[in-house]
Amino acid sequence: MGNVLVYAEHAHGKLPKATAVAVTAAKEAAAKMGGGDVILGLFGSDVSGLTDAAGKLGVSKVATLESPALEHHAADVAAAALKAIAEATDCDRVVFASTSKGKDIAPRLAGAMGASIATDVTGINDDGSIERPMYAGNAFATVEMHGDKKVLTVRTTAFEAQADEGSAAVEAVGADISAPANAIQFVSVEETKSDRPVLTEAERVVAGGRGLKSGENFTTVLEPLVDALGAAMGASRAAVDAGYVPNDLQVGQTGKVVAPTLYIAVGISGAIQHLAGMKDSKVIASINKDPEAPIFQISDFGLVADLFEAVPEMTEKVKGL
Amino acid sequence: MKILVPVKRVPDAETTIKVNPEGNGIVEAGVKWVVNPFCEIAIEEALRIKESGVEAEIVLVTIGTSDSQEQLRTGLAMGADRAILVTADNSDPWVVARVLAKIIEKESPDVVIMGKQAIDDDSNVVGQLLAELIGWPQATFISEFKLEDGNAAATCVREIDGGLETIKVPLPAIITADLRLNEPRYASLPGIMKARKKPLEEIDAGSLGADLTPMLTVKSLTPPAERKGGRMVESVDELISVLQTEAKVL
Repeated sequence: MGNVLVYAEHAHGKLPKATAVAVTAAKEAAAKMGGGDVILGLFGSDVSGLTDAAGKLGVSKVATLESPALEHHAADVAAAALKAIAEATDCDRVVFASTSKGKDIAPRLAGAMGASIATDVTGINDDGSIERPMYAGNAFATVEMHGDKKVLTVRTTAFEAQADEGSAAVEAVGADISAPANAIQFVSVEETKSDRPVLTEAERVVAGGRGLKSGENFTTVLEPLVDALGAAMGASRAAVDAGYVPNDLQVGQTGKVVAPTLYIAVGISGAIQHLAGMKDSKVIASINKDPEAPIFQISDFGLVADLFEAVPEMTEKVKGL
Repeated sequence: MKILVPVKRVPDAETTIKVNPEGNGIVEAGVKWVVNPFCEIAIEEALRIKESGVEAEIVLVTIGTSDSQEQLRTGLAMGADRAILVTADNSDPWVVARVLAKIIEKESPDVVIMGKQAIDDDSNVVGQLLAELIGWPQATFISEFKLEDGNAAATCVREIDGGLETIKVPLPAIITADLRLNEPRYASLPGIMKARKKPLEEIDAGSLGADLTPMLTVKSLTPPAERKGGRMVESVDELISVLQTEAKVL
């Protein structure tokens, strides 16, 4: 068997926590799925500013690949780059974090490598099988992945982040990566500006649902509590569907999966698909005016109250702590 | 132009799914089966393209048992033109992608629009894998779609972590729909009547020459750990107090 490659996601000259989480999962994949070293695959148009940080992620080696074709994210070119890195470093398993980029590239790479693929992996068993949720987390499947080549995307809440450790050697892979004739063209990116913690990394999350009644109330009622707690803001699918907030705040089966120390659900009824995204939080508190709301059944602490009174009161009292 | 829309039969999102006592599947009694919600969004987008004045044929394809005819009829009732049912097991993403690759070879669509994930296995794999197998570009998790350059390309807005990305993708391509792309319509009564007469072709997967060997085997299913909740507090003061002193998270 060969080695294990980790996709080094990066943005704005930084490696996010998700990459460190993928390293931890890759170490488990090495230990339980056939051995080998863990190698970080770092690619882009210019990755020189990232190699120091990458080398400290507790891996055996950082393999880099640079090409002008890798300036913007494009799944087909990214998959070709990772395949070239995997071949050059003798890797037969590749691990991604289940981020939007990871989910975009991983299946393409599996196709290019002829590898089996499992997504949103939450655990790796001693016999090399994996655990993953299905049916919005209402079932966990133990899955055997066939063949020597395997691609995994891992749920970022299910593995610890690798701590800074060591300083791995950096080696450039000599492969020529160019865009295909039918390449996609990057046009623009519109980033949500926020000084708050990243939703999937935050220790505290305050999420709002349809009970907030408008996007304006997210700003005037919910955000003060979010900021008083130093939390990230989330939302239910119902609130996103209603147009109150952007989709990247969505917590749930088809949105983001979070597991903060404290999750406060405000005006969220608790649809199955929302619970799938937050029920692994350490402590869940909810505020809802409907005593029958299903969210209470999975909450450690529930308060039946009008959120438009309870939330401002809580904000003031939290500020006074 | 020809638009191919792959669809999947899944349990309704409102149904609470329970693992069966044998641990090899789900309890199917009482489960309502529907078109996967993201597939419905894909069908709706195809219909809107056609309604915008583009001369288009919308072909649905599903892989599954004959039960899936019901979901194909739903899509035809929404307004799709014809449907293909490929009889094969649909639980393995690689098998589904290989079968779809064969259907694409046969049908030569100009674009494939499909859901980003099915809400049963939650894999989010088939669109991207299929794109690689046939060498097409992909635009995944899209919330806006607009044809450009005389239908030779499309501008797509993608839902990404932390914002939105706009790309231009040459056609043919694989497009996967995210939640906010559109609000799917309900089938009208005349639509349902018309759907009964629309062509629904059944193909045995074996006749397509696709490799039907799965790459994954689900060995068992287990229910998630129960979360003990349900404790109620009476006031904001009490909530803050328990979060501080008992849960120790404030």
